[in-house]
Parts: sequence; structure tokens; C-alpha cells
Amino acid sequence: MLMNMCLAIPAKIMSVKADTAQVDFGEGVLREVNVALVKVNVGDYVLVHAGYAIQVLDEKEALETLRLWNDILNVQTDEK
Amino acid sequence: MTEKLRFRNPEMAKHVAEKIKAIAPKEENVKICHVCGTHEWTITHFGIRSLLPNNVEVIAGPGCPVCIVPASEIDEAIQLTSKDVTVTCFGDVLRVPGSATSLLDAKAEGADVRVVYSVADAVRMAKEEPRRDFAFFAVGFETTSPSTAVEILAKPPKNLCFLVSHHLIPPAMKLLVEMEDLDLNGFIAPGHASTIIGLKPYEVFVKQYGMPTVVAGFEPLDVLFGIYMILKQMHAHEPRLENEYVRAVRWEGNVRAQEVMHRIFDVVDGNWRGLGLIPSSKFTLKKEFAAYDAHRKHGVKVEHGVDIHYGCRCHLVVVGKIKPTECPLFLKACTPHKPIGACMVSSEGTCRIWARTANIDPDASN
Repeated sequence: MLMNMCLAIPAKIMSVKADTAQVDFGEGVLREVNVALVKVNVGDYVLVHAGYAIQVLDEKEALETLRLWNDILNVQTDEK
Repeated sequence: MTEKLRFRNPEMAKHVAEKIKAIAPKEENVKICHVCGTHEWTITHFGIRSLLPNNVEVIAGPGCPVCIVPASEIDEAIQLTSKDVTVTCFGDVLRVPGSATSLLDAKAEGADVRVVYSVADAVRMAKEEPRRDFAFFAVGFETTSPSTAVEILAKPPKNLCFLVSHHLIPPAMKLLVEMEDLDLNGFIAPGHASTIIGLKPYEVFVKQYGMPTVVAGFEPLDVLFGIYMILKQMHAHEPRLENEYVRAVRWEGNVRAQEVMHRIFDVVDGNWRGLGLIPSSKFTLKKEFAAYDAHRKHGVKVEHGVDIHYGCRCHLVVVGKIKPTECPLFLKACTPHKPIGACMVSSEGTCRIWARTANIDPDASN
């Protein structure tokens, strides 16, 4: 079994009980991860690394990234 | 999935590549360094280097936590097995060469070495077999260290100890920036380690070394925008610390994870394979948790190991001084089937990633 040691994969929290959560990695199969390192609610998206949620993903910021990218590309700058 | 597709829009990638070409310096060379195996995978897999002007180079630093584990620590893990301790480790660690053999060799000779997906698996195994001694070989950067710390804080069973090889990324970046012959112009800082440590540890690179530093995510567009942001800073002669990966990385990082790590670990000077001793670059267990220290519990200690075998150039690949293709052993004597150097072993090693892209890696799943 190989794993990428600095890769973390997004998953959706489906239920939480103490430090353990059932999450969906988008494949419809629920898996158990440890959520002791983050504060989560059902419906949140988290980054999971080696069985531990390491951060909560911010949906607003994700949309903001796309908006920023578009801004950078659309605004003609004087860099040429 | 739909989010992934939006972050991978090829039209947008072309557009960013044009912007990069427009803003990149025309004459002098630019060398940007990343320090994450997953960044190298994205860059190689999506051919990002081919989208850049010839004078803009992106090199891979020591971003693979498995590749930089010194041979002496692999030797210590093998010593543990000879004392009838079951060693649990991540799959990537299994084939990393020690001074003479790997954990896989030891396993083939009858040692009890078990691959786990997470430290929680090691805890579970130790609970299930209370009469057997277990050790977890804790390898990984700041992304992985909190999980080890959480389990130790939760007081794992007494028959489980830890061989801690958690290394810290910012001190290694400091070593790179101070290598004069490397001559770096900017850093792409690692996205997932940064979810834990935040941005503050990178401030030194801007303030002390005037180095543009951008934390970037792992989609191809994240990396392209990271490169563009660095070039834009260079163009304006205003080195700054910026965060491209705002959807996952906060300025302060994951404070809870930092607290847990600092509760369990002290920071000490650490050996890195191919790089030598780097000041304040490694975690070790605090005194109060010494009962869980594999060195102390089982009396294993190897001071010096053979990090680089004859002919191997991993020590130059790992700091981006040469490309894998410039090593005479690459895909000749050293292959994914039979690796000689650590960079060919791990799925995050630069040589392994380059070999995978050449479509000769038997284990490649993508």
C-alpha cells in the first residue's frame, strides 16, 4: 500500500461522535476518520491525511479563490 | 468532483501560462523551489514545466519526508525487529534503504514488519495483542506529526512505543536559501504542512532573505498561480508572503494541532539523509513521554549510517541541484523495481515521480 505523505484529501463529514467522524470522500462509501485536531460539524468539508482530519475547508474561500483567479486573468495590467 | 474540474480548467491554465510568459524576466534565469512531493507530482503529471518560459525553472527541494529519513533511523527500526518488536510503518518506508538493508529485506527474512495506513492502526494492533511489543515508526513532516501527538496524548497501551522521525520543513528551506550555489529566487511553500503551521514560519524568508514565498495548493492551476504570484512579486521588486491556498490554509494554521504537537514534542537538531544535520529541524519526545521512546525502551541507537550508496546522487536530487535524469543510475541501475536511492522509493520521491511519468512504474495508479 502506498500513500502520499503530504497529500490530504477532502471529505464531507456525515456524522460525528466524540473524536471520530464518518466521512464521505465523494465515492459514496463512509469511512471513519479521527477529528481530534479540528472543530467540525456535520456537513463540513475537511482535509484528511493518514486517517486524521487536519483542517476544515472553507467553501467561501474556495469560491473566493476562483473569483480571484478570474480577476487576475481578466484585469489587463501594465506588466507588459 | 465538479470543484476539481473547475480548479483544472485547461483554458484558464493556458491563460495563466500566457500571463507568466508576459511577466517573466526576459534575460536572467529564475529558479523557483517547491518543497513538497505532491507539488512535484502535480508539476510532472500535468507537464507544468512545459508551460513555462525556458528561463523559468521550478526545482524540487526536500519535500519527501520518507526520502530524507537517515539510514541510521532505518537501521534502528531494523534493530527493533531483531529484539522481537513488531515494527509498524507507512508503506512508503518499507523499501527505503538503511545502511545495508531495508525493512522489507528484514521482513523477507522473518521480521514482523507491518504496514499501516495511520498511527491509529498501530494503536489498535497493540491493544489486540497485549503480550507483543510494538513500535510505530513515526515518519512525516508537520502534516503527519499531529496525528502521532494525538495518539500519544491519548495514552496508548504500554506495549506500543514510538521511533520518532518527524522532521520540520521551514529549517530545511532555510538551508536551501542559504546555499549560494543553488541561487533561489522564490519558494512555493507546501500547502498541506501549512494547514498545520500556518504562514508565520515563512516570514523569515521574506524579511531576512527577500525571497518571494507563496503557499500554494495542489491542483495544476494552484501551482501555476503560485508561480505567477512569485513572478509578479519579482517584477514589482516587492518580495512578500502570500497565500494562494486560502481554502485550506489560515494565517495562524491549525492552532489545536500545534498545541498538541508542542505538548508532546521538543524541537532538536536533526539529521536529514543527504543534507546532514539541520539545526532545530526535528521533533523528539519530551522527557515526560520518554516511556514511549523506542530508543530508551528497547536500547536501540545507531549514531551513523550509510545514507548515500556508491554512485547514488540522491543528495543532489533532494535539493534540486540535479534532475533525476542527470543521475547516471536513473532508470539504469536504480529503478522503481530495484531502487538504490531513497528518492526512487517513495511515491513522493522526485526520482520515483519522474520514473512514473516515464510510464515504467509498475505500481503507478494514475
